[in-house]
Amino acid sequence: MSGLLDLSIAELSGKMARREASSREATEAALSRVKETDGKIGAFLAVAAERALEAARASDERRARGEVRSPLDGVPVAVKDIFLTRGIETTAGSRILQGFVPPYDATAVERLERAGAVVLGKLNMDEFAMGSSTENSAYKPGRNPYDLSRTPGGSSGGSAAAVAARQVFGALGTDTGGSIRQPASFCGVVGLKPTYGRVSRYGVIAFASSLDQVGPLARTVGDAALLLGAVAGHDPRDMTSSPRPVPDYLAGIEGGARGLRVGVPREWLQSGVEPGVERAVREGLETLRRLGASLVEVSLPHTRYAVAAYYLIAPAEASSNLARYDGVRFGLSVRGGSLRDMYGRTRDRGFGPEPKRRIMLGTYALSAGYYDAYYLRAQKVRTLIRRDFDRAFESCDLVAGPVSPTVAFRLGEKVGDPLQMYLADIFTIPCNLAALPGLSLPCGMHPGERLPVGLQLVGRPFDEATLFRAARALERELGPPPPPRGV
Amino acid sequence: MALTREEVRRIASLARLELEPEEEVRMAEQLSAILDYVRQLEALDVSAVEPMTHALAEGSAPLREDEVAPSLDPEVALGNAPARAGTCFKVPRIIE
Repeated sequence: MSGLLDLSIAELSGKMARREASSREATEAALSRVKETDGKIGAFLAVAAERALEAARASDERRARGEVRSPLDGVPVAVKDIFLTRGIETTAGSRILQGFVPPYDATAVERLERAGAVVLGKLNMDEFAMGSSTENSAYKPGRNPYDLSRTPGGSSGGSAAAVAARQVFGALGTDTGGSIRQPASFCGVVGLKPTYGRVSRYGVIAFASSLDQVGPLARTVGDAALLLGAVAGHDPRDMTSSPRPVPDYLAGIEGGARGLRVGVPREWLQSGVEPGVERAVREGLETLRRLGASLVEVSLPHTRYAVAAYYLIAPAEASSNLARYDGVRFGLSVRGGSLRDMYGRTRDRGFGPEPKRRIMLGTYALSAGYYDAYYLRAQKVRTLIRRDFDRAFESCDLVAGPVSPTVAFRLGEKVGDPLQMYLADIFTIPCNLAALPGLSLPCGMHPGERLPVGLQLVGRPFDEATLFRAARALERELGPPPPPRGV
Repeated sequence: MALTREEVRRIASLARLELEPEEEVRMAEQLSAILDYVRQLEALDVSAVEPMTHALAEGSAPLREDEVAPSLDPEVALGNAPARAGTCFKVPRIIE
């Protein structure tokens, strides 16, 4: 039955349509795969086996009645533990939310289930999505299916690892500074951060509200397009969700690379990129050119300030969002003493080192006397970064470069030095600051390390379709990465 | 720029975090390193630049009618309460 798990969503969907497989078979296979492999990978924080089998049974019955809801009907998927799931513990990887059982579903989860998808459970992540390695999970570190001594990336490391390890066919993650794209690149899967506002954030535990965005991870570009189509669209419960209609992302996906103008930022392949990563990215760009795209040099001069601006803006927003964890209404509550004591002790015991660091940094950046020098200045630099992209898009249709300067690093390699960990986000952060869509596509293996390398494609606002089209052209040419050998 | 232990304590108090003494020391070092790094923004002249205060493509959030709609049932909303009294969340006494 494990043959089923190697299929793409589109292939599984076809097999189920031809009655060659059932959702129950796929779901049982996925559940046993999780059971066999997750002790090594640590991708799941919660498995909802009964609920999944019940959903699979309902899907098979719908199919028997001829009432299939979508190509996702009956397909086993999972979601990052940052999405509220009614009746399933949701922790955001933090002790402060241990035991929290949400009373409602996130809109993205609701839409996945409405499309018929079978949600297997909740995926591991850095605490409150703060981190780049899934080592900041309060419960257990995640591991990379290609090499268990290395991290899967983060913060959506569980999402990327579960998809790469064939535990599920697709997953949802969130991306505030690269948290979908970087783990996707480390684990050799496709990951997309959509345009800010494309997917509702309702029921998604907030980290930095002007940057957070929900997106899919999958093993093929088409599957990522399918998942985005299912969850995207306006939601009256999220006032930042866009009213723009959602296009059919599969419609033009086979359009090829011919005629596309691909901007290559001269700042992105300069110093700091590992040679093996640079080679794979350059080969990916060359392949696009060979397929009929033209490569245009562009400049994003303010990219070098993106990490600095981000590490003021994101912690500032986080310090405000995380104020709600006070021991009053849900989650951990350390009682005894005054109200003030309860706040301080609950938060000291409940938050891990990274959220504390960011709360402190954000509180400082917003505090009296420092607001103009730090937070306001960072917001102005954000404008400059957005303008860089606006100017670049005058001469190109998308921008391409590396996702991360390195392949997956080893567990423990960067945990002692937060700033080094932050600097690894240099190529993914600009996209969040500018509110643009960004896609990570496997573009080959690092020759020495035999680890996947990701190519990043950044598009105009709401032009995810062009990213899918270019990525699909490349995928057709390059083929999928070899399956992970760690499990 | 080095943050002092006193500044760390002041920020922790604003953030309602009760840090252990060794945490304060580590926090002072790490925050100082990060603040040194972000100070490179001072190299940019941003005097004529408008801040990007939100990320909405439409320029502003749409308004909606202010209508009464169902919300969570009090019992459900209290489902995760660490302590409750009737339909209220219970907290330590704040007025003597």
